[in-house]
Amino acid sequence: MKILVCMKQVPQKDAPLKLNETGAWIREDVSYEVNEPDAYALEEALRQKEKHSGEVVVITSGPARASQVLREALAKGADRAIHLEDAAFVGLDALNTAKAFAAAIKDEKFDMIFTGLQSDDYGYAQTGVILAELLSWPHATIIMQIEKNDAGIRVKRELEAGYFQFVDMPLPAVLTIQSGINKLRYATLIGIKQAKNKPMRKVTLADLQSAIGTNLQKIERLYVPQKTKNTEVIEGPPAEVAKKLVEKLRNEARIL
Amino acid sequence: MSILVVVEQREGKLNRVSMETLTAAQALAAETGWPLEAAVVGSNVAAIASEVGGKKLAKVYAIENAKLEPYTPDAFAHALKQFVTTKNPKLVLMPHTYQVRDFIPKLATAMGRTAISDCIGYKKEGEKLVFTRQMFQGKLAADVSFTSEAPWFVTFQNGAFRGDKVEAGASAAPVETVNVDIPDGVIRNKPQEIFKEAKQAVDLTQADIIVSVGRGIKEQKNIELAQQLAEALGGELAASRPICDNGWLPMDRQIGSSGQTVAPKLYLALGISGAIQHIVGMKGARTIVAINKDSEAPIFEIADYAVVGNLFDIVPPLIEEVKKSKT
Repeated sequence: MKILVCMKQVPQKDAPLKLNETGAWIREDVSYEVNEPDAYALEEALRQKEKHSGEVVVITSGPARASQVLREALAKGADRAIHLEDAAFVGLDALNTAKAFAAAIKDEKFDMIFTGLQSDDYGYAQTGVILAELLSWPHATIIMQIEKNDAGIRVKRELEAGYFQFVDMPLPAVLTIQSGINKLRYATLIGIKQAKNKPMRKVTLADLQSAIGTNLQKIERLYVPQKTKNTEVIEGPPAEVAKKLVEKLRNEARIL
Repeated sequence: MSILVVVEQREGKLNRVSMETLTAAQALAAETGWPLEAAVVGSNVAAIASEVGGKKLAKVYAIENAKLEPYTPDAFAHALKQFVTTKNPKLVLMPHTYQVRDFIPKLATAMGRTAISDCIGYKKEGEKLVFTRQMFQGKLAADVSFTSEAPWFVTFQNGAFRGDKVEAGASAAPVETVNVDIPDGVIRNKPQEIFKEAKQAVDLTQADIIVSVGRGIKEQKNIELAQQLAEALGGELAASRPICDNGWLPMDRQIGSSGQTVAPKLYLALGISGAIQHIVGMKGARTIVAINKDSEAPIFEIADYAVVGNLFDIVPPLIEEVKKSKT
């Protein structure tokens, strides 16, 4: 099994975000981390390789800082990495990101491509499905289990409200992976050491320019959402906060 | 020029979230002057098409082929590409369900177009339409426009519009059956029956009071603290997805798009940041109390009472105060 895992670096969950001078993106001087569902996608790829042997390749796009995600993946056990390195990749829409990935891997032959089910920054939940369409591969989304069989794979899709469904599909295929499909591993010291000698291929924006078009959608502006609720902030030392809160719940909300 | 709403049916039943999309579409139709049409995709969907035809719209299409049942992304994208290409609507609107997000990126890409997904509203700015969507897990909102030719694909988040506000039509809209062609070999996936993992042991939808924990609880052993608060309040314990993913609480206590949707009298969120996927499952609560150390956590956007602070400092005295108030 040769598996490609698409990964993304996103601002840390509790990073305070500020708008940049364009008003259409954030200031990038924040702390970053791996997009959480992508970490599960990587873990699943490593587990599939351990079961069926093969190779795990990780790919990301973004400025130099994004290579941290790839280094961590290599330390956890991925075999090699591809970095589409340019700050401009951050501003591509999902279609162009998928086009860039497709162009970067055109000489490779993967059995499966994994992505996280969505990113914590844009949250489009589209790149994986678009990539499948560009490659003319079948896909399945929000996957909680993958079993290889003679004809291809059987995957377990998560549906809404606690429902699930098994789907049989041929390979090659694109799967978008749900958080919680497995238990994440930590990188070992040996893994971190070995990662330094693993190959990381850099691809520039110029290499891919001919494959990418103009964005089909545009962020006009970014802003802090307007509050729709009148929120009452309760302040003070913990004991006082507790007392006030119970009073409010009894006298205003009439719950207690 | 028209607006097309693709409603969602599953196993012969109209998914009610489709009514929210219709409400949005009716408002858009009124503002743009574009006629509103709807489509149902599946096999033997005439009855659903008639049901939708009772709403205020110009026409309903029943897009039929036996191969559209059960749902596959291949068949749905193929059928809708044929239909949308023929009708060439300006806007194609759908609810942002797990099914729609499974096929709409494929459909839009196959047509050389794009979808603005998971929107919570729209604005008409002169002749330009912009669609509002949450970004960075709800911390920021973005107004997004199309820079490509129509048809423009848009999906709306569950709960973004009021389904009960959809206008009924003066008379039933005509229903037209459109038989689409799906050649052999188009469908590559073989879906099996839909099932529930296990009998849900807890029905959180019936609880008046819910104490819910998120990542801020830090360790499994700290769940006990939230449990004590739930007991003092006479409520149920619930959690956001990461807590259940970690196995700290069973999956049937999960609130959000992949778990249960609740509307209790009191929802007390402990250390929950309030990612969109969680919010959609609890924003209908009558009173929301949020305790979180991050003052910018999106949960505070929808909270009635906000406490910015360490839950481990606040919850112990809160348990005592609740107990006192009950004696």
